[in-house]
Amino acid sequence: MRWALGARTALKRVPLDMLTACFDRRSGMTHLLAAPAPELLAALAAGPADIALLLARMGIADADAEERAGLEAHLAALEAAGLVVRA
Amino acid sequence: MRHVFSVRVGPAGFRVGSDWRAPVAALEALYAGYPKAGIADFTVRLEAARPWRRWIRPSVTIAGDYMLPDAVPLALRHGLLAAEMGMNLQMALGARRWLLLHAASLERDGRALILTGASGSGKSTLAALLGDRGWRLMGDEFALIDLANGVLHPFPRPVSLKNAAIALFDAARLGPLLAATPKGDIRHLRPNADAIARMAEPAAPALILFPRFGHAAAERPVAPSEVFVRLTQASTNYVALGEAGFDALTRLVTTLPARAIDYPDADSAVALVERLWAAA
Repeated sequence: MRWALGARTALKRVPLDMLTACFDRRSGMTHLLAAPAPELLAALAAGPADIALLLARMGIADADAEERAGLEAHLAALEAAGLVVRA
Repeated sequence: MRHVFSVRVGPAGFRVGSDWRAPVAALEALYAGYPKAGIADFTVRLEAARPWRRWIRPSVTIAGDYMLPDAVPLALRHGLLAAEMGMNLQMALGARRWLLLHAASLERDGRALILTGASGSGKSTLAALLGDRGWRLMGDEFALIDLANGVLHPFPRPVSLKNAAIALFDAARLGPLLAATPKGDIRHLRPNADAIARMAEPAAPALILFPRFGHAAAERPVAPSEVFVRLTQASTNYVALGEAGFDALTRLVTTLPARAIDYPDADSAVALVERLWAAA
């Protein structure tokens, strides 16, 4: 499965503390995101990627199957929020 | 309309038209010392619910550029409240030049304090008290955050005091008692002359407080993400402003300290505010 940002220039991110405020210019919606969602969006900003490439971009070398499935679930949640798409 | 009242409050001009003389007379008395609006930004109409209701059990319907379709008419004896609600409504729904926060604000030494909280948190009373104790009252209802540079513009309308808070203030600056309104007993307090004279002077926000009346004195820091959520809820036009609103709000949240304060009475609230302000 490959993922991509909905539209690379549509997102504006402002880190607040544990949460990051995110404004989507296309929908006009504001999202408050917790880790690892902002990190996934930042990793996707370099271009479409599958989980292996995303992990490499995030500097994570030793993710197990459960952690990979967890990231997939986060990406699916970001897809439901309209922030990422399947590439 | 038969009777017309015009006033400028901070950067906004209002024109209030009324089917009756009484609400306009009450506005003229309450807003003594305010400038008139040149060109009105917002118009409020106080209309009879039915033509004959001008005379028989008179009741006031609030109309204007922006309206709530299912608002219940108020009795004519509460006409002043209807006018004030109408003016608030026009600002809440119509203002696009500023990020509007449902908050009180005060200024000292060129910097602004923002007090925000749910209805009943005591922010109006606290703002009115501080306004007579060395602070300049900038407003008790809406804080107007400039979209371009983040400064706070004054909007010093008369302060809506409810129930027990009314007795804390000098009756000479109070409007008529509006008894048994949907919000209880209300009297409006005219801001002091300094607040009115300096209604065009903005100030840079420096501290956000979330007051809560009726608890033992306490304070805690509020994380930026919590401030962000609470202020989106406290804003009447955040969604309508889109990206400009997001930029203004995130700038406010990421640059200002914020604390929640509990207080049992006016004196402890003022002391708490002074201590936190000195540390900010």
